[in-house]
Amino acid sequence: MARKTAMLEVKGLRATAGDKEILRGIDLTVNPGEVHAVMGPNGSGKSTLAQVLAGHPAYEVTAGRVLYDGKDLLDMEPEERAQAGIFLAFQYPVEIPGISNAYFLRAAYNEIRKARGLEEVDSMDFLDLLEEKLRLVEWGPEIMSRAVNSGFSGGEKKRNEILQMAVLEPRLAILDETDSGLDIDALRVVASGVNALRRPNNATIVVTHYQRLLNYIVPDRVHVLVGGRIVRSGGKELALELEARGYEWLEEAAEAAL
Amino acid sequence: MSSSVESLVNRDYKYGFVTDIEADTAPKGLNEDIIRLISAKKGEPEWLLEWRLKAFRGWSKMTEPHSWPNIKYCPIDYQNLRYYSAPKTAKPLGSLDEADPRLLETYNKLGIPLTEQKLLAGVAVDAIFDSVSVGTTYKAKLAEAGVIFCSFGEAVREHPELVRKYLGSVVPASDNFFAALNAAVFSDGSFVFVPRGVQCPMELSTYFRINAAETGQFERTLIIAEEGASVSYLEGCTAPKRDENQLHAAVVELVALDNATIKYSTVQNWYAGDEEGRGGIYNFVTKRGKCAGANSKISWTQVETGSAITWKYPSVILQGDNSVGEFYSVAVVNGRQQADTGTKMIHLGKNTRSTIVSKGISAGQGQNSYRGLVKVLPRAAGARNYTQCDSMLIGNRCGAHTFPYIDVQNSTAAVEHEASTSKIGEDQIFYLKQRGLNTENAISMIVNGFCKEVFKELPMEFAVEAQKLLGVSLEGSVG
Repeated sequence: MARKTAMLEVKGLRATAGDKEILRGIDLTVNPGEVHAVMGPNGSGKSTLAQVLAGHPAYEVTAGRVLYDGKDLLDMEPEERAQAGIFLAFQYPVEIPGISNAYFLRAAYNEIRKARGLEEVDSMDFLDLLEEKLRLVEWGPEIMSRAVNSGFSGGEKKRNEILQMAVLEPRLAILDETDSGLDIDALRVVASGVNALRRPNNATIVVTHYQRLLNYIVPDRVHVLVGGRIVRSGGKELALELEARGYEWLEEAAEAAL
Repeated sequence: MSSSVESLVNRDYKYGFVTDIEADTAPKGLNEDIIRLISAKKGEPEWLLEWRLKAFRGWSKMTEPHSWPNIKYCPIDYQNLRYYSAPKTAKPLGSLDEADPRLLETYNKLGIPLTEQKLLAGVAVDAIFDSVSVGTTYKAKLAEAGVIFCSFGEAVREHPELVRKYLGSVVPASDNFFAALNAAVFSDGSFVFVPRGVQCPMELSTYFRINAAETGQFERTLIIAEEGASVSYLEGCTAPKRDENQLHAAVVELVALDNATIKYSTVQNWYAGDEEGRGGIYNFVTKRGKCAGANSKISWTQVETGSAITWKYPSVILQGDNSVGEFYSVAVVNGRQQADTGTKMIHLGKNTRSTIVSKGISAGQGQNSYRGLVKVLPRAAGARNYTQCDSMLIGNRCGAHTFPYIDVQNSTAAVEHEASTSKIGEDQIFYLKQRGLNTENAISMIVNGFCKEVFKELPMEFAVEAQKLLGVSLEGSVG
């Protein structure tokens, strides 16, 4: 029986890519207002978990279930998940040549509004809304006339993800290694953007390899993923312990447990 | 990973209907008597009949091109086609009110507003139903400016000296198999003459439509812009559903004199055939412009989404010094469509410039070929060409092919060619879906972005239409 308050409830989730099993039984509960960090060594399945939650077709879920606001998330198309308030900040944001950032973002914004029975906004109103969101990521309006992620630096792409998140105001944001490849200034901008968007009724899952980002985005819970399973969960101090000790001791413990 | 990319569900052709009008048709087959009949029906002068007959005799000795184009089709039985068909109502009309209401209804279904809407929009329409023009609007306003815009047949009657001077001057009757066929049997078409120094006050447009069964369509368009004149011409078409393959062998000739500009835009959406590739139009078209004068400019923009087979190479002969030729193209193949399309830029004059931007999109089991020739002749000092040729693949069963020919005979010429091939990936689609767009909107956005450089060349009204058409054409290309 799901707790009434849970926003996301993952139970025994297993997923494969091709014939390779990557997630081998994930349990995770996220409540409104919480920030969860999912950490782990390379290849542990962190990004796969993020992609599976967003519905990437490259992965096949073979067991388990995921409830989002009490609904079967795995039964929903990726766009339905997005419309229901799930946002994935991509590790590798995709380029869409020839389509301006403004056009793209307004289309996304309107699709989500439509799905919620709200009226679409025209480009003038949307520009007003953008102005405020751009401030959040410390950007001028020029970025909006550039084609989506085309020719963006790695840092710009990540910042653009946070801008999109700010505009789309998700209930559940999943940040997939948003800190990778960011210099310290960009990291600060990204983190303060995320923090500014925290609300009592939304939640964030931060997928990261390093503790660094968690200095800025302080998690309520930290989970360590090894070999497709969560091998340890704890408070924010667990992240610091990992920073000090690395992942090896947990990997060894995980192997010993098999 | 790409399994979803491969599933194809083709939507029924939206414009597949046939208007029930008794056609005044010629018997099947092609011979000199049929040509005499066509010419007589149209009340043509002797010289034009002779021109047709000469073309026919030339055509009789030619063979259908099968070896060089990258398209496959069964040889056409030319004796099993009809070469003349006109709606019964096709006597000259004083006004639209006199037109057959069913014809008007057909146009309305196609969204061709021959009526007030179009007048308000400021576009003159010369609509062709089968072979005969049934209505021409806004003539008075054009006449005031000195612009002649009428059916080809009318031009032959009213302005024979102009027709005789320019007919075949860019695409000779002997040019190629389909051009020769057209010259022999051409039914009707449009004629535009913009006199010296006149900027045509509105966009001119013609909608083509094939209707009677097994009736080949052989339109002929001739556009002349005199010294310092300019004109923008739009051509768009949709065809009703048919089981038999239908041949469309049109010829378009453009002539630009000194300092003249002609912009010719096409949105082509002929019926493409069913999922098995049955039916659908064979669009074998010869389009060519001649920048006859110095500083003249001819620009072709085409959005090709329809037809079972497309075979066309809108070209520019850059004869005048400093003349400019442009070709902007989007060609989409889905289902079992085949397209072999591109352009020829023939640099004859000094400092002539040409730009080619070709965007080919292949989905389903479609085969898309770009074929382009850039030829710089010895006298064309300082000639420049820039070619950009991009292909996009959707799914694993389609093909994109590029056949660029470059022939430079002047050492001062500069010719650039850039080419790219990309594939719409699951990742691109997933990214947009994750932002709330459904698959079709995602594809449409990616493809529209890919085609942006071409769409921005289209007149505003056409650009919107073209974007919608692209969306419709690719519906179901990704499951």
